[in-house]
This record gives sequence, C-alpha cells and structure tokens, in this order.
Amino acid sequence: MLTADERKEIEAAAARYPVRRAAALEALQAIQRGRGWVPDEDLREAAALLGLTVDELDGLASFYSLVFRKPVGRHLILVCDSISCWIVGSERILDRLTRRLGIGLGETDAEGRFTLLPVACLGACDHAPAMLIDGELHGDLTPEGIDSILERYQ
Amino acid sequence: MERPLTKNIDPARGPLDLKGYEAAGGYRAVRKALGTMAPEDVTAAVKASGLRGRGGAGFPTGQKWGFVPMGPEAPRPKYLCCNADEMEPGTFKDRLLMEGDPHLLVESLIVSCYAVQAGICYVFLRYAYQKSARLLEKAVAEAAAAGYVGRNILGSGFDLEIHIHTSSGRYMCGEETGLLNALEGRRASPRAKPPFPPISGLFGKPTLINNVETLCSVPGIINNGADWFRKLSPTGEGGTKIYGMSGRVKRPGAWELPMGTRLREIFEVHAGGMKEGYAFRALVPGGASTDFQTELDIDFDFTHEPQVGSRLGTGTAIVLDDKTCPVGFVLNIERFMARESCGWCTPCWGGLSWIVKTLEAIEAGRGRMEDLAILDRHCRELAPGHTFCALAPGAVEPLQSALRLFREDFERHIREKGCPWR
Repeated sequence: MLTADERKEIEAAAARYPVRRAAALEALQAIQRGRGWVPDEDLREAAALLGLTVDELDGLASFYSLVFRKPVGRHLILVCDSISCWIVGSERILDRLTRRLGIGLGETDAEGRFTLLPVACLGACDHAPAMLIDGELHGDLTPEGIDSILERYQ
Repeated sequence: MERPLTKNIDPARGPLDLKGYEAAGGYRAVRKALGTMAPEDVTAAVKASGLRGRGGAGFPTGQKWGFVPMGPEAPRPKYLCCNADEMEPGTFKDRLLMEGDPHLLVESLIVSCYAVQAGICYVFLRYAYQKSARLLEKAVAEAAAAGYVGRNILGSGFDLEIHIHTSSGRYMCGEETGLLNALEGRRASPRAKPPFPPISGLFGKPTLINNVETLCSVPGIINNGADWFRKLSPTGEGGTKIYGMSGRVKRPGAWELPMGTRLREIFEVHAGGMKEGYAFRALVPGGASTDFQTELDIDFDFTHEPQVGSRLGTGTAIVLDDKTCPVGFVLNIERFMARESCGWCTPCWGGLSWIVKTLEAIEAGRGRMEDLAILDRHCRELAPGHTFCALAPGAVEPLQSALRLFREDFERHIREKGCPWR
C-alpha cells in the first residue's frame, strides 16, 4: 500500500505538469525509492491516483530500463558497457564483477546485496571504464580495484 | 583565449553558488535581456550569432527559435525543454557544464525562455546524472529566492517556472519527440514530424527543445553581442565548443576551444596523442552515431566535417587504435543501438537486431562472405527516410564507414574464422 509520504510525493510531481498522467514516471520512482522495486499492488494504486489504467502504467514501467518490477538487491551496480569503456577494458571489469558476485547481468546475489545491470554510456568517458553504484560514479576502474569498492556497500 | 562556457568551472573548488556566480558577472544577461530587450531582439541576436545546435544535429538555433509563434494570439503556455539526457556513447560534455556551473544553465534557461516567451521550462535529465539534478535544483531555488525565476522577474512582467525531470533510462529520451512523450508520462517513442515541436510539442503546445551546451552559449551572446560570438571561432561558425576525446589517447578529456579548432590539435595537443604502444587508426568524431574517419587535418566543425565523410555530431570523438578490433568496436555500438531501439518502427528494431546477429557471427568466426552484402544492404535500408527518427540512420553511420574503411578486417575475420585481435 502506498504510504502517506509516497502519495504526497506523487501529488507534488503531478502539480508540476498540466495533466496528472505526466507524473507517471515520478510515481514509479517514488515507489521504487522506498522499496527498491515496484510491486503490483502499489502500481495499481498509483495508476488510480493519476487516472491511468494499470496497463498504461505497467507499459511505462516495462519500457524504462531502470524501473524494476522485481525485487532487486540493496545496492544497484550499473556497469557501462558502451564503446569508450569497452575500448579500455570494460569486459574485464564485468568479468571480475560477475566472478566476485557469482551472478550474471540482470541477476541479484543470494544474500540480496547486489543487483548487476549493464548501462548506457555514463558520460564519464574521460575516466573509463566506469560504473555507477547507487547513483555514485566510480571511474578509472581496474579489475584489481573492484573488491575494495564493493566492500563499501554492505 | 575566451572560455565563455567553462570560465567559472574549477573542479577543485566545486560549482559557484548564486553570490559567487553573480560576482563573476553572472545574471547580467538576464538583467540585460529582460530589462532592455524585446523578446524578438534576443532571438535576433542569437540568429545573428550563427549559433548552431550542440546536441549533434547542428541546426541553426536562432532559426529554430523563430519557428515559435509569438504575439498575443500565440497558443499558451509555451514550453522550453532543455535536453540534458546526454546518452550518446562517448559524449561527456553536458555533465561537465551542469556539474561545473549550474547557474550558467539556469541563467541560459531564463534568457532563452524569455526570447520565445515560454512560461514553463523542464530540464530533462537522464537517471545517471543525479548529481547534476541536485545541483540544478539548488541553483533554481537560489535563483528563485533572488527573484530571477518566478513571477514578474525583475519587474519585467515575465513569469517563469523551471522544473527538473530525471528519467529512468532509455537512449530514446534524448530524441526530441521521444523526450516530449517521456515528459508527458508516455513511452519515449518518437512522433511523426510535422508538426514540428515549435508549433505543436509538449502537451500540444509550442515547444522549444535545445541541448544544454547550446543554451549555455546564449548569455555570452546577449552580454557581448553576435559579432563577438562569431569572432570566437576561426571558421565563422561562431562561439566555442566543448570538444572531447576518449579511447586509448594519453589524456582522455573534454576542453572548451574555439568552434572549428583543427582536429589534429585536439588529438595531439589536448588529448596528448596515442598512449605508448598504440597507433591511431581512425575515429568516430561526434559520438557513436557518426561515420568513422581517418583524416585529422580538418577544421572540426559542422561545415567542414562532411568534407571527410562524417559529421561533427556532439564533437566528442572516440579513437580506434591498432590493438582494438574494428569489428568488435562496431559490434559494441550496434548492440547498444539494438538494445536502445524503442521498437516503434520495424526497420529499426528488426534491422538493428539482424545487424547485431550478423556482426556477432563474423566476430565469433561463423561469418560468411555473403554476410557483408547483408550488412551493406542494411546500411542502405536504415538510411534517413525509412524510420520515424534518427536512431537507426545514426546507428548505421559507423557501420557503413567501417565496412568501407576496414573491409579487409571484416574479410579476415571470415577467412580466418575468428577475430585476429582475440
């Protein structure tokens, strides 16, 4: 069930647009901020709040790659796999991550600590290879340096 | 050399707050435009400056502004959307501006909104730019508290609200009509044009969509005049440009330089040439959706790039070295494009995934010589005019030029049944 704060946040977003449906993505983001993902029940409530059908809102949720309809780990790792990072070794970074975490892209580890996803160019090509963990940018990555970065996210 | 876009940027100090920005001469353009100029005069100055869109297409900015209906009969509200979705692979210039000097963008938005009398402005940011979003929220709040944003700005009678919208992924949000759909709470699929956004854009109202770097060029034009702006550039295109270079160069980075700076100077002097042990082979000059070129001796601007078969695009070049497989390079780009295709039109989603499968086969040693003809055909069939938006035509630019410049490398993969670089 949506919390009072979530409802307030959704209403605040709706006030920024001339039509309520325009706040649809912000509504999904508000739900995800608190829970890490968007459960069916909350999606239904948010749709009703904005005057959308459930299918319309779910259609958005499934289109935007960073809206999650399944639970994710406590920390979200987004590894850049675009060209500037690929040239300087993003495949080796990804290889190290998948081996350390024991999961592949799109998966969450058994203890629910990390979810690993690829992401489009992070606009940090001067510090390639790069990744984003919980919105925080890490650049100039080396396979050897990965472990100490992961340590910071418990 | 003047650096109107980055003069206030000092990564060690962090961005200037309102007071610091004002002390550095900030918000003078707002005072001048709203206090002494008619909206049409602001647009006329931008037209005269020759400023062209820095998002990649290079459309003359003043001309675009001129398409927005003006006068009491014009539909209202009118909107300005600042495209800060920067997701073109290899592009890292708008982040630099927003994180380095957020008040410059806010000032630019006010002046630009005033020119077309847009009362509502949205800055559309990608998910990864949360730091930019926080800094811009703070800058907008400071500007509002000082009376630069809100009702009756500086007594001019002009009202403006600025909102920050942070999206949740998808390259398509950077395509201008995809951006409009995304802001309306829809999938970021493209719209058919015409009508063009200045006539019917966001919520069906007149809407101007400009890139961050384009807008940030405006206050300088207002403060110093169109002539000053034109003279910043040795080639007559006007202004400065944030050029960037990545790949195996000594110093990957981004630098504000006169528009039309020689590409060789950017490569040798600013990027420091190739890292030890690597040789230059080619580059894509303006993000992943531009053609490869081998030529460095050129004035790097919108006018001169087509002479060597490519485009300036975003002006952030990605270098291909001799130890990187050109087929792998292109495969990486096409995988990105296929993944990010919104699925709206068939040539794009079908064609790009076919291209990826074919390139994967070649890279893995399962390619046949006939595959090259299939790739050539896709380059023709995904050319401009066959799809709703520019994603697919952009996607085949690096492929078509790679097939021409590196044909022998493609054939070697097929003959030797594998990638010679692996």
